[in-house]
Amino acid sequence: MPRVSLPSQLQSYSGGLSRTEAPGDTVAAVLDALDARWPGIRFRVIDEQDRIRRHMRIYVGPDRVLDIARAVREDDEVLLFGALSGG
Amino acid sequence: MSHAIQLLVGTRKGAWIYRSDASRRAWTVDGPHFLGAIVNHLVLDPRDGKTMLMAASTGHLGPTIFRSTDGGVTWAEAKRPPAFPKVGPQGAGGEPARAVDHSFWVEPGHASEPGVWWAGTSPPGLFVSRDGGETWDGVTGFNDNPKYWDWCPADGGTPDGALLNQIVIDPRDAAHMYIATSTGGVFESLDRGASWAPLNRNVEASFFPDPYPEFGQDAHYIALAPTDPDRLWQQNHCGIYRLDRPSDVWERIGKAMPEEIGDIGFTIVPHPRDADTAWVFPMDGTEVWPRVSPGGRPAVYRTRDAGASWERQDVGFPSEQGWFTVKRQAFCADANDPVGLYLGTTGGELWMSDDEGGAWRCIARHLPEIYSVVAAPL
Repeated sequence: MPRVSLPSQLQSYSGGLSRTEAPGDTVAAVLDALDARWPGIRFRVIDEQDRIRRHMRIYVGPDRVLDIARAVREDDEVLLFGALSGG
Repeated sequence: MSHAIQLLVGTRKGAWIYRSDASRRAWTVDGPHFLGAIVNHLVLDPRDGKTMLMAASTGHLGPTIFRSTDGGVTWAEAKRPPAFPKVGPQGAGGEPARAVDHSFWVEPGHASEPGVWWAGTSPPGLFVSRDGGETWDGVTGFNDNPKYWDWCPADGGTPDGALLNQIVIDPRDAAHMYIATSTGGVFESLDRGASWAPLNRNVEASFFPDPYPEFGQDAHYIALAPTDPDRLWQQNHCGIYRLDRPSDVWERIGKAMPEEIGDIGFTIVPHPRDADTAWVFPMDGTEVWPRVSPGGRPAVYRTRDAGASWERQDVGFPSEQGWFTVKRQAFCADANDPVGLYLGTTGGELWMSDDEGGAWRCIARHLPEIYSVVAAPL
């Protein structure tokens, strides 16, 4: 199952967890799985047009994700970051 | 007779609740709530006196609504916050696919409709909840109006994004609503939001070749006179106005302001019982529009004759080097007698008057940039 890394900004949803696992063969499916476990978390990261929010970053391994339809393998790690939102 | 007050303060970095004693002299502070969250509005439901809704986002995370049903002790997130429908990369007409950047204004519904709330967003959108703020739906009469992209052009708006910045409901008729926008001005609905018409006659928009268009104005703030809901006050980007219905022609009452002060500002506060009285907080709109207190001398101006004349109220404010900016939702009144007035500055100070503006005192300093101040009975 894909591993998921969660930034501090999302740990109010995850009960403080920074690492977890979530099923899914795309980034979108992984996010859906996270949202099923922690309702509301997906919309804070992805807008209603399925775009990654401006100050969030998603990577699969070393590769930056620009489209949440991107495929995810069982042994991948999906990394979510809060990045550069200003002071 | 004076009653205890709570001030619900939204800031760029979280929310605070200040609670007074009955004299409004002693205040206690409760907060921060959601430290670091961008809180554009925090409102108590006057229908039950305990439900609060908070329009929040953060620098990183998308927008949401937090709800408390116990007066701000505990909070839960809305199950379905305001969001536009999902479309393709562009709408059917080639318009940009909209996504709510932030909710800006939350408004309790009419007294006859418990559980109904309204929200205004950036980009401009009108949303309604029928379950106390748990789930939200777009109001298609505005959001999908055939004129939407004329009223709310994609390239329009204020620095933090174009706004549907206010929702006002006629206390006599739940179906009669006004909204204010930063790109189209004021609109009126007589059918609970199903249809809308511009209401901007004689309101200046000095940034267009035609300075008096049907729509396109930047309506910073509108308010009904509580004891005469046919009277609307407006602090517009381009001046202070009053409208007495059924007329649809606004009168620029700001022309009676002292010339050296002008009538630029963000907000206007009506008196809770006297329909001829209102307060404004003027800001410098000269040259490059600094929008701070003119001359560095903060003052409120009050009219007691429906805008025919204005009087300066500055006792207690800095007499020099006071460069206050007070944003749209950051100036309000309570319903006490004498009326209490409260304003929050972008410099993080909370000021009050307990004698209808006669004298002012600072009751909190060192807060983050204040976005909204709402007074409610405690």
